[in-house]
Amino acid sequence: MTAHETEQATQHGPGAGHGTAFWGRAHEAPSEEFRTVGRSVRRRDLVEKVLGTAKYTVDVTMPGMLHARVVRSDRAHAKILNIETSKALSQPDVVAVVTADDLVHLRARFGHIISDHFILGTGKVRYFGEPVAIVLAESRAAAYDAAELVDVSYEDLPAVMTAAEALVKDAPLVHDVLYDATADATFKELTESEGEEDEGPHLTNVAHEVTIGWGDVDEAFANAHLVVETETHYPMLYGYAMEPYNAVASYNETGLTVITTAQHPYMVRDDLARIFDLPLAKVRVQAPYLGGGYGTKSYTKVEPLAAVASWVVGRPVKLMLTVDEAIYTTRVDDGQMRMRTAFDAEGRILARDYELVMDSGAYADNSPLVLAKSVNRAFGPYRVPALRGRGRSVYTNTSPASSYRGFGAPQGNLCGETNLDQAADQLGISRREIRRRNLVKWGEEILPKNRGIDADLIADLDMVVDSLERDRKDEPYYGIGFGTAASDAGAYPISTAQVKVETDGSVIVLSGSTEMGQGSTSLLAQVAAEEFGIDIHKVSVIQSDTGAVAYERTTGASRTTTLAGLALVRACADARTKLREMAAELWSCDVSEVSDGPGVVNGPEGKSLDLGKVVTRWFGGSAGEVTGVGLVRREGVTKEMPPFWETGMVGVGVKVDVETGQITLDQLVTCADVGFAINPQAVEAQDLGAATQGLGGALFEELVYDGPQLANANVVDYRVPRAGDMARKIDLLLAERRDGVGPYGAKGAGEGQLNPVGGAVASAVAQAIGRWPSRLPLTPERVWRLANNISDDD
Amino acid sequence: MAADQLAQVEISVEVNGTVVERVVEPRTLLVDFLREDLGLTGTKQSCLLEVCGVCTVLVDGRPVSSCTSLAVDADGHKVTTVEGLSDGKTMHPLQESFVDNHALQCGFCTPGFLMMSKALLDESPDVDREEIVEYLDGNICRCTGYQPIVQAVEQVAAQMRQEREVAR
Repeated sequence: MTAHETEQATQHGPGAGHGTAFWGRAHEAPSEEFRTVGRSVRRRDLVEKVLGTAKYTVDVTMPGMLHARVVRSDRAHAKILNIETSKALSQPDVVAVVTADDLVHLRARFGHIISDHFILGTGKVRYFGEPVAIVLAESRAAAYDAAELVDVSYEDLPAVMTAAEALVKDAPLVHDVLYDATADATFKELTESEGEEDEGPHLTNVAHEVTIGWGDVDEAFANAHLVVETETHYPMLYGYAMEPYNAVASYNETGLTVITTAQHPYMVRDDLARIFDLPLAKVRVQAPYLGGGYGTKSYTKVEPLAAVASWVVGRPVKLMLTVDEAIYTTRVDDGQMRMRTAFDAEGRILARDYELVMDSGAYADNSPLVLAKSVNRAFGPYRVPALRGRGRSVYTNTSPASSYRGFGAPQGNLCGETNLDQAADQLGISRREIRRRNLVKWGEEILPKNRGIDADLIADLDMVVDSLERDRKDEPYYGIGFGTAASDAGAYPISTAQVKVETDGSVIVLSGSTEMGQGSTSLLAQVAAEEFGIDIHKVSVIQSDTGAVAYERTTGASRTTTLAGLALVRACADARTKLREMAAELWSCDVSEVSDGPGVVNGPEGKSLDLGKVVTRWFGGSAGEVTGVGLVRREGVTKEMPPFWETGMVGVGVKVDVETGQITLDQLVTCADVGFAINPQAVEAQDLGAATQGLGGALFEELVYDGPQLANANVVDYRVPRAGDMARKIDLLLAERRDGVGPYGAKGAGEGQLNPVGGAVASAVAQAIGRWPSRLPLTPERVWRLANNISDDD
Repeated sequence: MAADQLAQVEISVEVNGTVVERVVEPRTLLVDFLREDLGLTGTKQSCLLEVCGVCTVLVDGRPVSSCTSLAVDADGHKVTTVEGLSDGKTMHPLQESFVDNHALQCGFCTPGFLMMSKALLDESPDVDREEIVEYLDGNICRCTGYQPIVQAVEQVAAQMRQEREVAR
């Protein structure tokens, strides 16, 4: 056993390329410029979590609550002939069995892009695991027992189990009707730069198609010095947030309240309001701490099931899924991709031409946007004079796919990056050098009409490769690999925040951004403390309750630091403006004579008042509160899309045992180009977490369908990374150049370091054994076959 | 036979130092007994197959998956959950170290890791990094990438060694 060593350091280095200073600094000696931000403060939520007192949805109960158990389809594609519920209903403690027939007076479908998702199977089922009935009982055990007694009879329909089958001409249709268009109006704006969408008039299994392109691709290929073609498959994954989807819902005369494992409570609220035709103000969605999110809890999941059940019986209902049910609720799109790249003799890219197919399962959910982003991100942060990309998100009779950390980036990045490495090898230049020659420089556009890149990728690349080379082992079957990625991140910039200044000068922050482990509770407290110049312990943060906090469109696309942070800075400024005006009134002076100090308002002639004193003196009765509001929209610094680029820069060193195919991870190096790390320890933690999830998809994880159902819908057969899989050396680098639009120059983080991991591992293995893998995960069997040149089919 | 027709069983369990007596269905799982009957919701569950370690509690000091143990089997035994780690005033050194090392993010797996780590250090405080990794290999964390967790346990082990040497 080799000694594990820890290397966590912020790198100092020259600011290359774009002339701004390099803001790298050690954590122990933060800049004097700030009081609270830029420091690795203790996260307050972690204390509750280690004590076991932190409240998650799974811990929530309501008085008079019933327990729900979902009856699920055991067919991939079938007509529902009958649902026999009498036996279940006759059991003690069983209150009701809800089926689609009970929902005819509701709009019993949801889906924020394509409204194709039936709450309960209606007329037919489209995948194994689809909900067809909900059993409600006084205890969970009674609900489980009775669910076994619901007898559903089906007539099988021909099914399409893979994207390839679904794309065959005259293939059976997963959806044989067209649904009303986009419910989420911003979807179109989010994808506007990606070329026209082609929704043909005739029905096919293509849920969404995206094309992108510019320049004369055919001419570039005709004149190329070298053309490299690669084909890769990124596996079908399961995000495995350890708290499975669950919700408690109560529908009564005052409206609907749902407490749930939702990253985007406001988006869930909108879906629920449509289902019941309720005013938005009558739907309250709360998200306590989430036991993991990683994108898998974005958009509506189990909330409609719990809500319609409560609506039918008029009592609160709790629905908790098991892990296998969670896998059959949302998985990750796989990606089959082919790419050709034309190079000149120096290794400069002349053109890239690619096609991507994603298996999106039975319902669209967010897959159309995942696809659009995947197509945007597949060609990499390189100067590509001519481009032609096409992507299709395909319906199949499998578990529905949706967002997952990285948001489409990993699926395409594997192909694009290994394609570049193969070109370097063929041209006889290094894999670092080919990237240096093609990476966009700071400010240069990747996507036409979009924000230029706000990161110094060449400097970041050098830091990562230098680290890898420094510890490279000179032994057989050892290889290093690295890759880069850039994501148009942040999603649509609509954020709000409120702050309330209390009579003792303490501050309450209201935000609609959900704490799912990423550390937003602590981060928002840091920002508010900094802006008011008060101690962080005088700040409370209340999040994700649509009835009580401030609107936030989503908690995804790494947006919270940048967009919720910006809204909060503006809310603090608004409150401080009000406090200055109040102080001017108290002092009978002009407001221009009043200024802000740390925790105080200063006036003429040395006058000074604590923030809380301003509140009590202005109101006059030792009471009161001052509220500040901050708004962010697509205007000003956030007008240009995307709000920021989230880059990924990752390298690995691997050792391959050619006898067994076993890969040992020797090195893992990441560089997060975050502009400014408000909590450096938290950024490093997110980077290691993201990279580790990437390693899961690169080395172990893959959902496998065997006939109509998954062969491994459990955590025994679906293997995720464990402690023993850790790299021997872990080097987490931060690049801080204050070049983001967020507070203090910050940009988002948390997803970027997942994106290039698959390609980096494939590249390292290729260097170690001399053959290029084309599909992940690189399980021992796959590596052994590759090393011994034995095809997968033998 | 329906569940309510089954005989109810009276059990007596010492949970976090307090003896509790309850009547339960024989099939009641230890995790549900703790979470639902006693309201000790700090213990979580996830895989239900004894492979994720989330639901780990200590029974007579030994780590046990409470999702696949019966409450009746805890009859007459001592159970320690995450709520029993701190004395209500100061946190257990492992809890402190987990916070300091950022050894958790979403925190859902944390009670299991804490209980497993406590079992390890109670059993043999003289552990090295390799032993910690091996002992914690049965617990899954999806947020941290494990390194901060291992580091947190290593630090507490080192502290304990130091305290022992001082005491000597």
